[in-house]
Amino acid sequence: MKNFLVKTDGGIKLFIIVIATYLVFAFINFELIVASLNSFLGLIVTILPILVLVFVLMFISNLFLNSKRITKILGHESGIKGYVLSIIFGILSTGPIYMWYPLLSDLREKGAKNSLLVIFLYNRAVKIPLLPVMIYYFGLKFVVILTVYMIVFSVINGILVDRLLLIQKR
Amino acid sequence: MNAADIKNAAKQTLNAIKRSILIIISILLLISFLINAIPKDFFKTIFTGNDILDSITGAIFGSIALGNPINSYILGGELINQGVSLIAITAFVLTWVTVGVVQLPAESVMLGKKFTIYRNIFAFITAIVIAILTTLTLQLFL
Repeated sequence: MKNFLVKTDGGIKLFIIVIATYLVFAFINFELIVASLNSFLGLIVTILPILVLVFVLMFISNLFLNSKRITKILGHESGIKGYVLSIIFGILSTGPIYMWYPLLSDLREKGAKNSLLVIFLYNRAVKIPLLPVMIYYFGLKFVVILTVYMIVFSVINGILVDRLLLIQKR
Repeated sequence: MNAADIKNAAKQTLNAIKRSILIIISILLLISFLINAIPKDFFKTIFTGNDILDSITGAIFGSIALGNPINSYILGGELINQGVSLIAITAFVLTWVTVGVVQLPAESVMLGKKFTIYRNIFAFITAIVIAILTTLTLQLFL
């Protein structure tokens, strides 16, 4: 059993744990599991278009961007342009955060640097379509100030995570 | 670009889908479970009235909370009307999107354990700092 767990891929391990949780709770609280499965189906329907979009983007990036080009755009020599692109892509990206992990993992394998992945993930907090709702609840001034701070701190976070990972690598 | 390039790109994409699909399904199942397991009025009971303590509490519960960010704005707006401080709600709204405790296993598998831990810790601390700075800056303009 120990050997099986060590050899098993992380994704499969996670899946087994989640399924086991569902099975255990099916005996404790069956209604909770039925409601959860209903929510799951609802979520699948909601995220399917985004997931398709992510995989289409991944196909396009595989088609047009090789390691050399990605390293130039998002690698260690990308400079300020890399930061600006990550901020813009982060703000424009839609859907749940976990939908973007496969694409980001793929880009990093091809040479994208960690700080830019962090900046991308942080700027997903700036959601243009949701700004009117945020302004309605918190006011325009609050939203403008918050957005500026979020963008500035996303870059600081990106640099810090990158540095820490580099230090540990040495 | 030729047929071989397209075939190669399609193959790489299919491999990425194979690698990630089980993780995405697991996360969706986990989120669906937690959405139903946590009572809806839970958040109203956790704030104390102390700005600093509430901002940490807000950041913690935003980190655990799930779903569309729009829900955090609606819930945040409601909580402000009930007297919870703006600092606490800002930290809550920020960590709702930037920190993902439930997604940690998936992020860790796809992007690496150290990357995930550092990114989430910094995002958590940053949320509290931004919450304080935003509220202070807002007071300057009032």
